[in-house]
Amino acid sequence: MTTELFTQYLFAGITYGIIYAIVAIGFNIIYNTTGIINFAQGEFVMLGGMISISLNPLMPLPLAIGFAVLLTTLIGALIEMIFIRWLVHPSVLRMIIITIGISILIREVALHIWGEGVRSLPYFYGNEISSINILGTHVSPQVLWVVGICSVIVALLSLFFKFTPLGQEMRACSANRLAATLCGINAKNMVTLSFMLSAGIGALAGCVVSPITYTQYDCGTGLAIKGFTVAVLGGLGNSMAAVAAGLLLGILEAFSIHIVPLAFQDAISISILLLILFIRPHGLFGSSEAAGLKEF
Amino acid sequence: MAVKNYLSVLILIAVVVFIQLATKATDTSYYLTQLTMTGYYSLVIIGLCLVMGYAGQISLGHAGFFAIGGYTSGALTTYNLTLLLEQGNGLVSFLSDKGLLISTLDLYGEAVLYVNPWLAAILAVILTACIAFFIGIPVLKLKGHYLAMATLGFGIIIFRVVLATEIFGEADGISEIPGFTLFPGVCINGDFGNRVMNYYIAWGLVLIGVILLLNLIHSRVGRALRAIHGAEDAANAMGVNTSRYKLYTFVISAVFAAVAGIFLTHYNGGIGPSEAGIMKSVRYVAIVAIGGMACMWGALTMGVLLNFMSLRGMFGSYDDAVFGAIMIIIMLFAPNGLLNLPVWQKISKSIAGKEKG
Repeated sequence: MTTELFTQYLFAGITYGIIYAIVAIGFNIIYNTTGIINFAQGEFVMLGGMISISLNPLMPLPLAIGFAVLLTTLIGALIEMIFIRWLVHPSVLRMIIITIGISILIREVALHIWGEGVRSLPYFYGNEISSINILGTHVSPQVLWVVGICSVIVALLSLFFKFTPLGQEMRACSANRLAATLCGINAKNMVTLSFMLSAGIGALAGCVVSPITYTQYDCGTGLAIKGFTVAVLGGLGNSMAAVAAGLLLGILEAFSIHIVPLAFQDAISISILLLILFIRPHGLFGSSEAAGLKEF
Repeated sequence: MAVKNYLSVLILIAVVVFIQLATKATDTSYYLTQLTMTGYYSLVIIGLCLVMGYAGQISLGHAGFFAIGGYTSGALTTYNLTLLLEQGNGLVSFLSDKGLLISTLDLYGEAVLYVNPWLAAILAVILTACIAFFIGIPVLKLKGHYLAMATLGFGIIIFRVVLATEIFGEADGISEIPGFTLFPGVCINGDFGNRVMNYYIAWGLVLIGVILLLNLIHSRVGRALRAIHGAEDAANAMGVNTSRYKLYTFVISAVFAAVAGIFLTHYNGGIGPSEAGIMKSVRYVAIVAIGGMACMWGALTMGVLLNFMSLRGMFGSYDDAVFGAIMIIIMLFAPNGLLNLPVWQKISKSIAGKEKG
């Protein structure tokens, strides 16, 4: 493998990896406040991409993306209010089936609105063939956009959870819901907020990655599985570890193309998921004692 | 088996016969094709019902087992072994000597040599059971979300493998699979003349499956399973070997799915990758949930109803959406299934009350 090929794979891996990380963080935000794994997480990414593509001819690109994120955030809030808010102590099995049902519904609605075709946003800067020379390889500027915006999302989120009162309230809910309620925090609103937040960041990720990976009505399922792999790899609920795990999976996947056929690429990341579930279900960076107290 | 269960089985037989006679009387025997397919899908569903309802373990990978069965049998019975025999392949000539291969001529008069469907089916079942066993050991240690994702991941791997392997026909699937002659004169294939016979084969198989499962549920194993569903730790403490029982039921239900896959593949004369898709697995789970998890008769009824409507194309292009919507609605408003709604219990109570009064 030449150095150029190596860096090429590396950049491809980082691009995909950071998207997986964003999806994984979306999983983690909802999991932390509710204990639910939202199987419809990948659909938020698809919705973000699709809505911005539809809005793009009507308005400038940044505005289209802004509206797409806003709309998806609202959809996230609606989903929580309609399907989840009023359930009293739902069992895990029940929530799994409900969120799978939601993901199917969103996918089918998308199929009927946008059809089976593959769409994409235009490149934010330049076009398909423009490239920037980094470390002796040609990299599309969009890759830098993806990495840049996703890094900003991650940084802002960690600041939000650490320093703003709202973020602290959400963390209080995830630490102990009853105690948080006793302190006067409206736990139900925090759950709605967590759905909005994870829908929003998912949608933004869907927009920035659309020019590279394209958007199709059913692209959410694959992303959800990989996002979940990353979330588990980093330790469920641990957002910062998810970034490291995301990059790891992305790079592994990119280099796997060198060895196995492309058709088996998905199978590889899922095999990693199965392996990690069997060997270290608490994740690479998590502690097994803490995981033992949680209910998956 | 208690008297009540004998009665249910008798009712099932009566319904199966009645439907066949009804289609004959109303001259709508074309329904039998879908009813036969529905029968095979129902076999998967009652198998999944055992895992989900009685042992309380979700499996989002049952279409994978269905596909392993169907594809193994399909590939073995379509792969032409003539060339291998001529080259003097030891295994092929051994099978040929034992009479386990079937040789015919194809449309163009070329010699075709393929594995006897009986042997193919047995191999497919053994393969599925082994895969289910070895996947089941680590997977069934997981709970809740992890179990759901792991089984979903297994299903996707099978789907990808099928889609990328040349011998399984990649995106086209396998076609022109020969019929499965169970006994001389009894053959599973899609011929028009064989429609009634195939309908009875399919539902006979379902009947055998139902009786097997009923016996299992009402035995020591069944009680152990319900204990696991209720509280796994408690069951463990009472001396129930929970991991072994979970594994057994998982393998049994995988074999059910595989048998259904084998028979349906021979009946349709082909199998495609969509049979291994995630939506199929989700659909099986949805039907079991609608039927009320630990209620085999509910799952069977709903399975027949929904599969038949879906196969007749009544939902049009909204097929998957309908299943998604039903899943959500049932889980929101009737998490114990449609047949376990409080309304029914009230009705049955009031009827019982009247009889007493």
